[in-house]
Amino acid sequence: MTAPIDETDRRIVRATQAGLPFVARPYHAVAEALGFEPEEVMRRLQRMLDARIIRRIGAVPNHYRLGWTANGMSVWDVDDERLPALGPKVGGLPFVTHCYRRPRRPPLWPYNLFAMVHGRDADEVAAKVGEIAALLGDAARGHAVLMSTRILKKTGLRLGD
Amino acid sequence: MDDVDRRLVNALQGGFPIAERPYAEVAKMLGLAEAEVIERLAALREAGVLSRFGPMYDAERLGGAVTLCAMAVPEERFEAVAAIVNGFPEVAHNYARAHALNMWFVLAVERPEQIAATIARIEVATGLEVLNLPKLDEYFLELKLTA
Repeated sequence: MTAPIDETDRRIVRATQAGLPFVARPYHAVAEALGFEPEEVMRRLQRMLDARIIRRIGAVPNHYRLGWTANGMSVWDVDDERLPALGPKVGGLPFVTHCYRRPRRPPLWPYNLFAMVHGRDADEVAAKVGEIAALLGDAARGHAVLMSTRILKKTGLRLGD
Repeated sequence: MDDVDRRLVNALQGGFPIAERPYAEVAKMLGLAEAEVIERLAALREAGVLSRFGPMYDAERLGGAVTLCAMAVPEERFEAVAAIVNGFPEVAHNYARAHALNMWFVLAVERPEQIAATIARIEVATGLEVLNLPKLDEYFLELKLTA
């Protein structure tokens, strides 16, 4: 397998992972700081976007600041045979922001489906979890909702030097 | 936050152009002036309404790895353990949650083999077992929060 990015890409990642500058020509500013041509920076960013190394370029809102203060991690023990058909349906619900299959760790942790639900309060989250329960029906043998009580840290990935 | 800010945040959760003057392109699309778009985004970032503005990199596609971990932390040790866990640069997010497993954190590392090593170091540093719950399948991922 070839390396997904080379050293020039890495320098661009490091220069942009904390954000783009708020100036009229932001990619030119990044290029100037790195000593590259602006076209080279834009071409490489476009390649990384096409290769989905960049998920998207844009704004990451702080959902607490937007009033979405309740966040519930709903976790479900779903029949393994039926999960491949049901998982995408849960993930496609408009209020589910992240949806993953993860391993069970019995007996402590019997759940294999994670669906993150955001709401403006706990009641709204509970109502949305009810919709997931209805969708899963008898394929779900049990579930729990782990409400977040506090953000302890939030920095995202940082490439080191 | 006013209506123009909301339109900006909702319109810019992806698709920011790669172009010489990307803010001008966004401004044209929304019927605003380039300088106003730049000023408003800078103010939203400054105020913390936006936690970031720019490219969102995928740690796995950069050749790294990500996993979700959980710990059952005794209540009386919670703050001390949080400080230890947060002190690891590999810990990208950490949330307190209402459950016996009351601390949930995401590890993001540049090389996949660092996951097991980091978990081992966290277990030694805290004296607690870490449950590793890596993603096996992903059913969707998109920001759909409206401002």
